[in-house]
Amino acid sequence: MTRPLHGLLSGEPILTAAGVGLLADALEAQAVPVERVDWQPPPADMQGPLVRVMADPRRARANETALRRVLAVSPTLVDVLPAADALDLHPGHFLHAGPPIEWDRASGPLRGALIGAVLLERLAGTPEEAITLLETGTAITLEPCHARGAVGPMAGVISPSMWLFEVADGVAGSTGRRSYCSLNEGLGKVLRYGAYGTDVLDRLRWMSAVLGPLLRVAVRGHGPVDLGALIAQMLQMGDEGHNRNRAGTLLWLREVLPDLIDSGAPPADVSAAVDFIAGNEHFFLNLGMPACKLALDAGRGVPGSTLVVAMARNGTDFGIQVSGTGDAWFTGPAQVPDGLFLGGFGPADANPDIGDSAITETAGLGGFAMAAAPAIVRFVGGDVADALDATRSMYEITLAEHPAYQVPILGFRGTPTGIDVTKVVRTGLLPRINTGMAGRVAGTGQVGAGLVSPPAECFTAALAGLAGLAPMPG
Amino acid sequence: MSDSSGQDRVEVRAGAYYDSVSLMQASRTVQQVPGVSAALVAMATDLNLELLAGLGFAAPDQAGPNDLLVAVRAADDEAGSAALAALAAVLSGRPDTSPGGSSAGSPGGGADLPPRTIGSAAARGSATLAVVSVPGRYAFVEAMDALDADLSVFLFSDGLPIEQEVRLKEVAGRRDLLVMGPDCGTAIVAGVGLGFANVVRPGPVGIVAASGTGAQQVCCLLDACGIGISHVLGVGGRDMSAEVAARSTLQALAALDADPATEVIVVVSKPPAAEVAARVQEVAAGLATPVVFGLLGPGRPDFTAVTGQVIADLGRSQPETWPHWQPAEPQRPRAGNLAGLFCGGTLRDEAMIIAAADLGPIASSLPLHPACGPAWALGSDLRSPGHLMIDFGDDALTAGRPHPMIDPSLRTARLLAEGADPATGVVLLDVVLGHAAAADPAADLSPAITAARATAAHDDRDLAVVVSLCGSEGDPQGRDDQAAVLAAAGAAVFTSNAEAARHAVSLIRPT
Repeated sequence: MTRPLHGLLSGEPILTAAGVGLLADALEAQAVPVERVDWQPPPADMQGPLVRVMADPRRARANETALRRVLAVSPTLVDVLPAADALDLHPGHFLHAGPPIEWDRASGPLRGALIGAVLLERLAGTPEEAITLLETGTAITLEPCHARGAVGPMAGVISPSMWLFEVADGVAGSTGRRSYCSLNEGLGKVLRYGAYGTDVLDRLRWMSAVLGPLLRVAVRGHGPVDLGALIAQMLQMGDEGHNRNRAGTLLWLREVLPDLIDSGAPPADVSAAVDFIAGNEHFFLNLGMPACKLALDAGRGVPGSTLVVAMARNGTDFGIQVSGTGDAWFTGPAQVPDGLFLGGFGPADANPDIGDSAITETAGLGGFAMAAAPAIVRFVGGDVADALDATRSMYEITLAEHPAYQVPILGFRGTPTGIDVTKVVRTGLLPRINTGMAGRVAGTGQVGAGLVSPPAECFTAALAGLAGLAPMPG
Repeated sequence: MSDSSGQDRVEVRAGAYYDSVSLMQASRTVQQVPGVSAALVAMATDLNLELLAGLGFAAPDQAGPNDLLVAVRAADDEAGSAALAALAAVLSGRPDTSPGGSSAGSPGGGADLPPRTIGSAAARGSATLAVVSVPGRYAFVEAMDALDADLSVFLFSDGLPIEQEVRLKEVAGRRDLLVMGPDCGTAIVAGVGLGFANVVRPGPVGIVAASGTGAQQVCCLLDACGIGISHVLGVGGRDMSAEVAARSTLQALAALDADPATEVIVVVSKPPAAEVAARVQEVAAGLATPVVFGLLGPGRPDFTAVTGQVIADLGRSQPETWPHWQPAEPQRPRAGNLAGLFCGGTLRDEAMIIAAADLGPIASSLPLHPACGPAWALGSDLRSPGHLMIDFGDDALTAGRPHPMIDPSLRTARLLAEGADPATGVVLLDVVLGHAAAADPAADLSPAITAARATAAHDDRDLAVVVSLCGSEGDPQGRDDQAAVLAAAGAAVFTSNAEAARHAVSLIRPT
């Protein structure tokens, strides 16, 4: 027979204590070690929902299920193809980053990117005509990338003629789920930061005409590329997968380079493609993001689960989605990041937080893996110790340590993975997100990069949503 | 001479590579130098050359992406030189010595951040038991977190709604974990005292305690005659109510029955709800280990008698007397009222049951016979024309202040008031020793005893003070040392609460 109460009476108990220090003091006076919890009261008005959700008998099992599904995904790059084919986008149908939004509430960079996309699709001849078309709205459909299994960095605008990476689960017998992301355009004046000048459109047209088809041939020639393995390696090479993708980009290029050379394409095109990829440190971001998206989508729709499956911003609202609350978005106002600025730009030039790229933090990368990327801690004026603490603090709000994504300097501890709504509300610790900053005015482009957190109300609203779905006690 | 429109300096440093983050930080440092109105420090990529033009600087003659571009617009030469010096410092990687700067510890060094939740603490090690004493309205969440992490819980917090208690205990039962509480004041698990616990020797007696000070009384009496304790498992004062249905009591009984160190089990509680009592007694009867019930109530054995029963079950001989200490001046019967001023709720209840049997009505906030009229009731002013007993550990008196075992000031003030009250003949006090209790309660109390007796003597009265001292010789405060100080202040001191109560009653001359 097993010992009752997990063997509690069989030996000296190992203790942890939350609350008045006197009780922990009394234990230490007996030379009994005790792990003290730095407990802080959660907001008083969250007590009802917290109790309701913590009492939900489905919660613990639901979170285990959702998390197991997320961690079981082996994200694999399988194809490169136009958005019209991949996502069945018709002319005038545009996807964007973040929770749903209409033109009249869209911020500068999202408007700029939509103007550029309308011009790219030749639905208008000038920016003014594009604005008129978007304002009228009748021929235009706007939809979040997340609603179509896709993700897009910054403005995240995907239009039918753009080419996308297609990521599938490499594990045999998986659900057949797919995720998608556009090809990264590089830094500076680019569509995703809201720029829509001729150079921006020319680059996008070259990407659709030359780069996309060439990558398709290379990826098909290579066969499925294990993105999970590349992410695990890049974390050990100083990347965190959101604001630093230098190692990941080179690892991926190394992987497909022979197939690019073997593609049969004109050498000048191959050369231009390799030059473009190697010259863009963030090229891998658009592969890491759909890898994270695919994993998190596997955790969706588990009743009772408090796991966050998406964090995304449209430049106006920050929104999160939670496994146990279906497709509902819980939103609050997007914040302006704190960080460093390019050239003469300053905080007044920055747009509030924008992009689906916080999917990386949702999956345990980016700000959550900051300890892996000490090279970029100075974005926020911090030092290496701050980078370590950033990752350490995120373990307080997550459900697991990623089995494959490890941080060498933390003794190869897995990254903090799987944000738990209840833990965020209980501790008041908000997810730490590394991000780029877009100019506030449409057409500006990138103005800087830094650190941002979601507004707390996303999580309190999600908790209230979970509480509303929890079974009545008794 | 300086030009009022400022001076532009644009330099190209060939082959000097820095990453873009370092350079953005360098730009910011240079921009912050007094007198600098614009600055750009960046690799000379096309994008950055465009930014340079946007800032109004002249383009350098020749520059490529592998060259460092330095552009500074300063009010004068001095500011320009300061800007370049600041740039040199930041690019050389000299540590930040500004007030806001911090020096990094060794990479990967530094302690882990403290856990913010019970679950996080549990994940860090092999914890088996959580002590939760956060304010009651937050306690359910932390306790549930502990159960989720497969930890049993010592739940000191009070004020949890009963449905939260039931929910916690349902979950704990399914997972073979124990919830000790809520409002659990004492436990001893494998020798480790939790909450208010006395230092007692290890031994054969296991206690299931719905009453904290009741369990402490039994522990201390057993220890006084050389009999030790295996475990004290608290269950919370409401565990044997109809709603909670003895969930923790039944688990604790089963665990102690399976424990090889436990030869006799004592259940210390107020009388359970009838249907619950039947179930608990049925389960107890089926155990291999004998169970002694110490269910406090009128007409039932007091804790001293229950302890005697345990001693008999163990086949040990009964002590001739329980330790007690008399003051130098013998106490004699006198007229007046009995005022019981207690810290321990169960000790108060036991004393009240004993005293009421001889003295009749005793006013109390938790009346022994509520239906029997106003002589039993004690209003919120805590005043009564007759005998009274107050539990200063009652929720109503501890809201917003520490428990009287920690902060005795309220009770001390009342003791002094009794000294001035001509109607008061005898004051009965409890003093509880052990872990977490006040470091030297005798030192806190004895000046007040002396002062109260002196006030009475000044009015030609003799105020008798009787102390029930619940403690062991092993307690950090030392039972015998405490007793000696209290007796020197003029109190009669008893380790048996029942004996203390009987002695106090014997000092009241029937009127």
